[in-house]
Amino acid sequence: MDTKEKSDVFQKRIDNGEKIEPKDWMPERYRKQLIRMMSQHAHSEIVGMLPEGNWITRAPSLKRKMVLLAKVQDEAGHGLYLYSATETLGVKRKDLVEDYLYGKAKYSSIFNYPTLTYADICVIGWLVDGAAIVNQTMLAKSSYGPYARANLRICKEESFHKKQGYEMLAKMAGGTPEQQKMAQDAVNRWWWPTLMMFGPPDEESPNSAELITWAVKTKTNDELRQSFVDRTVMEARKIGVTLPDPDLKYNEETGHWEYGEIPWDEFWRVIKGDGPMNRERLKARRKAYEEGAWVREAAMEYARKKKYREGKAS
Amino acid sequence: MSKKITNTKTDKELIIEILLRLADDRLIHGHRLSEWTGHGPELEEDLALANVALDMIGHAAALYRYAAVIEGNPDEDYYAYFRDDIDFKNVAMVELPKGDFAYTITRQFLFSVYSYFLYEKLIETVENEQFNGMLQKHFKEIKYHLRHSREWVLRLGDGTKESHERIQNAFDEIWMYTGELFSMDETEHTAIEKNLFVDVSELKAPWLEFVKETLEEATLSLPDDDQYMFTGSRQGRHTEHLGHLLAQMQFLRRSYPDADWK
Repeated sequence: MDTKEKSDVFQKRIDNGEKIEPKDWMPERYRKQLIRMMSQHAHSEIVGMLPEGNWITRAPSLKRKMVLLAKVQDEAGHGLYLYSATETLGVKRKDLVEDYLYGKAKYSSIFNYPTLTYADICVIGWLVDGAAIVNQTMLAKSSYGPYARANLRICKEESFHKKQGYEMLAKMAGGTPEQQKMAQDAVNRWWWPTLMMFGPPDEESPNSAELITWAVKTKTNDELRQSFVDRTVMEARKIGVTLPDPDLKYNEETGHWEYGEIPWDEFWRVIKGDGPMNRERLKARRKAYEEGAWVREAAMEYARKKKYREGKAS
Repeated sequence: MSKKITNTKTDKELIIEILLRLADDRLIHGHRLSEWTGHGPELEEDLALANVALDMIGHAAALYRYAAVIEGNPDEDYYAYFRDDIDFKNVAMVELPKGDFAYTITRQFLFSVYSYFLYEKLIETVENEQFNGMLQKHFKEIKYHLRHSREWVLRLGDGTKESHERIQNAFDEIWMYTGELFSMDETEHTAIEKNLFVDVSELKAPWLEFVKETLEEATLSLPDDDQYMFTGSRQGRHTEHLGHLLAQMQFLRRSYPDADWK
């Protein structure tokens, strides 16, 4: 079969809803797009540990400290299996990691914002994880088997995180005046960046059409964003926080909530590296990576010696 | 004998004192380990250190909760958030700043070997069923903490020249804080009579034997045991580090003590 025929067979399999597995033939471009998307997803989990980790040592009760620690630990776990899933495409974790630390690879821009009060932790759980769930529920149906399975697993844990964040935010929103102030302030700061998590509007999304043809994604950025807004409006009302969008209104005909203009200039600026925390996040991750080098070398050297000794003994 | 015990503590005060000593060690150590989250040398270690931290804070919370029931305090948070450094009873070793990875591992190892022998003995001794049940549950996790840190002592000790030097330095630096793990005071002597505690001075020999054996395998030298040893933490005489740790840990809760934070 020539490449054209292989491509046709491949597309037919996708259209039939079959899963593509690591050993199957796939177009080079499909492989490249997946590596880009999956590693970006993995990097996001890892960088995402920083803003939340910022509150572990200051969490206001032992219960909340443990909940947060467990959540951040889950994110490390998500990163780990996303990297493993990406490695099925013939790349190495080390190269992927170095590509975001020193190269051009990206991670989700949402983590380039600071966590200023403890309410930010709750809002990240509710909004950021909530948005991630909308996205990952779709990705759990992705045509690439290992990625679909990784997302299925991630979704289960994220739903738990969202519930915990939402519950604590509800408590704060109905709490003392200081707690209410923190809760509303955090919602005000995270709302727009959360809407940007779904990516640029459809007409400006360079990868969407191709990813949808290949069923890596099954919905467009705007469709996902809309479904997130629809469910979040009701959740906000229920706990008494206000979403900072005066143009938010229900459209009887479409059955959807219409929202105001997303500050896309900010989106593009932060993606290009000029967000409030881009430089600090990268600096912190590079520091951990570079300061951990001697540990990783020691582990490798020890394993080598051990193997050598065992070989000699037998 | 000069060792005449003039204990004035009631049984209730005694068990609370013992619960708090165990819990404070675990909370403060867990806190230090949690500082690594997101900054570990590799992803697998981010997971492992967070896991150990979570276990330790969980053990502390369970012990505090039991103390709160006995003492009639509202909950476990009372002990973690509303006491000052002179009230904390943890050994100084666990409050020292986390240092580099070798330092963290060395501390975790020395403390886990101690915890292992302590809990093993406590489980044989403690008659209070609820207390003993907790000890048995936590013991399983302590075994994992010990295995995790011991494996890293071997890797770093017998790894590269750099890792060997770093972990040897860590052992040499931390050694002066190991003395108080095995020192006994009046409270503990009395607690032994009530089957609430064990003679920790008797744990020194098996502890040292275990540490020595691991260090040998790791090609490391045992630090000089005949040196100045820090003491007094169990009575609230801490290093300067604890106050800063507590300032960070307690600030939000203390700023708004009437708010619901659970």
